[in-house]
Amino acid sequence: MSTLHTVNKSPFQNQTLISCLGHTKAGDSVLLIEDGVYGAMSGNAMSEVVAGMGANVKLFVLGPDVAARGIDAARVAEGFSQVDYEGFVDMAASCDRVQNWL
Amino acid sequence: MSKVKKFLYVNRKAPYGTIYAQEALEVVLIGAAFDQDVSLAFLDDGVFQLTKGQDTKEAGLKNFSPTFRALGDYEVTKLYVEQESLDERGLTLDDLQDIQYEDEDDDYAEKPSIIVVSRAGMADVMADQDVVLSF
Repeated sequence: MSTLHTVNKSPFQNQTLISCLGHTKAGDSVLLIEDGVYGAMSGNAMSEVVAGMGANVKLFVLGPDVAARGIDAARVAEGFSQVDYEGFVDMAASCDRVQNWL
Repeated sequence: MSKVKKFLYVNRKAPYGTIYAQEALEVVLIGAAFDQDVSLAFLDDGVFQLTKGQDTKEAGLKNFSPTFRALGDYEVTKLYVEQESLDERGLTLDDLQDIQYEDEDDDYAEKPSIIVVSRAGMADVMADQDVVLSF
């Protein structure tokens, strides 16, 4: 029984990512998409918070949205796995529910 | 008839700055026609949707807050409100509308629809659903 959470807002814009990470259960997956991918970057004011709050979940980031924003793969924080659109579909199909954090 | 599913409508936005809150309520009312097990969640700025004393006349907006008190008539009787979200905003249960429903299994006794839960409790509610719709 697990949930796939998606987040599409930058953590520098609002509290959506923080709220999401505060409502996950151990073993859930959190996938950052669209402007949410900025939350997967290392070396910024949010990195430690995200790593700490995300310690009990699997962290993913949507590769095409990372590439679109010119974020170098080396800037994606440790602990995040990149998935493509196909991987996104597989994740949605294999979890019990999807919760979109807007 | 197919199996009844558990639907959770998640409200995380304040009532008038965007259309999300009003649209969520519209969807809840439409969805109520389908005899599913419906709950609403209010967290983050979503708790502002339930405050009493909203007066939109001068702002020229539609005050949809009374609609929450009608949800019981549509068998929508579970409004989960997150304690931490209230605390962070300096709100208590007294600041929210008194929302009740008539329990047809208990001689139509009036019972409160609002259920205050902790953040961890809210995570449990979310993980217990078949479908989660966010607004």
